[in-house]
Amino acid sequence: MSLEPTLSDTQLAAFSEALAEGRIDHDGLAADYDADADTYRIETPDRQTTVSAEELPVDAEQAAYISNWYFYTRTVDSEVTWAFCRWLEAAAERPVPDRYAALDAGIEREWGQLGITTTISEDGTRHYELRHVDDGDADATTLTPHTDPFEARDIGTLDAKGRYRPLRTAPSLKQGWIFPDLTADKLYEAVEAFYPATVVNWYREQQGELDVDHWRDEQDRQSGIYNLITVLPDEAVDWAAAACCDDSQCLKRREWQLSDDEPLDAESGDGVFPCREPCSMVVAAGREWAKLEREDTRTYEFELTPSEKAQIEELIDVVADGAVDEIREADVGEGANRYRVRYLREKRVDEQGNLSGTPTDPEDEPDVDHDGD
Amino acid sequence: MQSLVIVAHGSHLNPDSAAPTHAHADTIRETGVFDEVRTGFWKEQPSFREVLRTARGEDIYVVPLFISEGYFTERVIPRELRLEGWDPALWESDGISADTATLVASDIDKEVHYCGPVGTHEAMTDVLIRRAVSVTGDDEVGEGFGFAVVGHGTERNENSAKAIEYHTERIRETGRFDEVRALYMDEEPEVDDVADHFDSEDIIVVPLFIADGYHTQEDIPEDMGLTEDYRTGYDVPAVVDGHRIWYGGAVGTEELTADVILERAADAGADIGDAIARVRQQTKPTTGAVGE
Ligand code: SF4
Repeated sequence: MSLEPTLSDTQLAAFSEALAEGRIDHDGLAADYDADADTYRIETPDRQTTVSAEELPVDAEQAAYISNWYFYTRTVDSEVTWAFCRWLEAAAERPVPDRYAALDAGIEREWGQLGITTTISEDGTRHYELRHVDDGDADATTLTPHTDPFEARDIGTLDAKGRYRPLRTAPSLKQGWIFPDLTADKLYEAVEAFYPATVVNWYREQQGELDVDHWRDEQDRQSGIYNLITVLPDEAVDWAAAACCDDSQCLKRREWQLSDDEPLDAESGDGVFPCREPCSMVVAAGREWAKLEREDTRTYEFELTPSEKAQIEELIDVVADGAVDEIREADVGEGANRYRVRYLREKRVDEQGNLSGTPTDPEDEPDVDHDGD
Repeated sequence: MQSLVIVAHGSHLNPDSAAPTHAHADTIRETGVFDEVRTGFWKEQPSFREVLRTARGEDIYVVPLFISEGYFTERVIPRELRLEGWDPALWESDGISADTATLVASDIDKEVHYCGPVGTHEAMTDVLIRRAVSVTGDDEVGEGFGFAVVGHGTERNENSAKAIEYHTERIRETGRFDEVRALYMDEEPEVDDVADHFDSEDIIVVPLFIADGYHTQEDIPEDMGLTEDYRTGYDVPAVVDGHRIWYGGAVGTEELTADVILERAADAGADIGDAIARVRQQTKPTTGAVGE
């Protein structure tokens, strides 16, 4: 590797101090201090040495193991950040020397729409660069630099078109910014600001301790105006999850179901971080749908050409997929093209706004005999 | 290690709702008296349900950035934070005197100090007065001025009117303003007829609300006749029926509100050193710049 791991006096002092207290066993490094001989016995996967304090470290590889110990035990102060940083450098997959070589080149990971690149200094200090995944290839000088991790909150408030993002885990994070060099703790804060509570919940899941609250738990807890959701039919919960929690709408991987033994059919998604209970957006939407689901169906009769029927279906698709803006002004061949929709409205929607002149409520039936044209 | 957790309503529709929460969290963070300052919301992420797990401190102080004691502070927040054994009686409050209760939050299996809302703390009176200063641009404002504290009314929550009355009375007691009145949006005396309730030519109007939104930016300015259409804005002061109305908007956006959050945590035992004094100094408006 081109990186030449070294140890500072501070790191060496911390190492000796820690060994005076007891044995170290960390990430491939095992070490202890023999007080009688005043020597250190240091073991790494490929080698074992017994040396005096002055001889430390015997080589670059040993320095790497010790600086790795120092970074994780002396500069990262929470177990959650610790686990997150290890995940970022895929620590479980590579022993320290390989990892240092990879970190020298930079290890990239994705967290939702965040692209996080970890690099390393010779003394083992990690540096984290954070930017939008879609800015991965952008020249850093073209992106707006930030250093304060709490600015992530403001970056995430509005989307690229200036619209408010009530769901911070929606895949609508705007591009154009960069945090070029964050410490582990600041990186954690920035990620927390972009995607609140995702790291802690991911960590709980890693530990096998994710506490999932299913839809029925949510229903039981609701009071006040939200207890309407208690009447939402079960199949509607599936539609709601498919509508709101799909990867195209939210980057969390939905782990909640109808109940522990009643899974939903909707896809859970492939997100790295889990969703452990229905969020307030889904609950608010569920309340709306509960109201709508109280209506019975009716049979309507509409006059449409086959292309018009297909156009209405296309319109639904385009709106549901948020693709309205992708339709070009003059592309009248597209069902959701504005001119095409205006034409349909002129032709098929009457002055009361009724499709095909058919009133929504049969009581509003106009007092004329209509024979279908 | 001590953590401060500010819990607030938030909104699915309006980014301004959470803005004061974030601003005050930043102000307090800068004082450095808490090892961390976290925020949690009813309508935004992280939710009340998940905010405690983002806090790492041994001593956790939860302060609701809400105006009154009631449905949210007594039911929703304790339920969602999963405070074991919570009972509103623990606050021994008459509707405006909630202080603190220490309970285990089962989400994190740790004790947290659950404080009363910001809106009913006595220090909120100072924030209302500070808003009078910032909206007039006059450090000495008081003489010749009337002061209206505006609230929702009792329709949704009886205690919300109590909080309004409480601060109105406290401002009156300072003797600083010629007249001080409580006005309401949905009951008498109504904010619509603000001019009828004062003799003073100059009237400062400050809604006791946490954040600006529909009520403070659209409803109240239009109801008072400051503007025909909120979208076109209004003057400060605006002349209505021969009175100059100095409309301040939601008091919770005043920077000094950070101080009340600190007071709440301090009352619950947080060690905050001289942070209150520092925030007071730092959030002082640069007077003389505001006005016509
Ligand atoms: S409930 Fe669905 S939309 Fe809400 S955060 Fe979870 S996965 Fe995302």
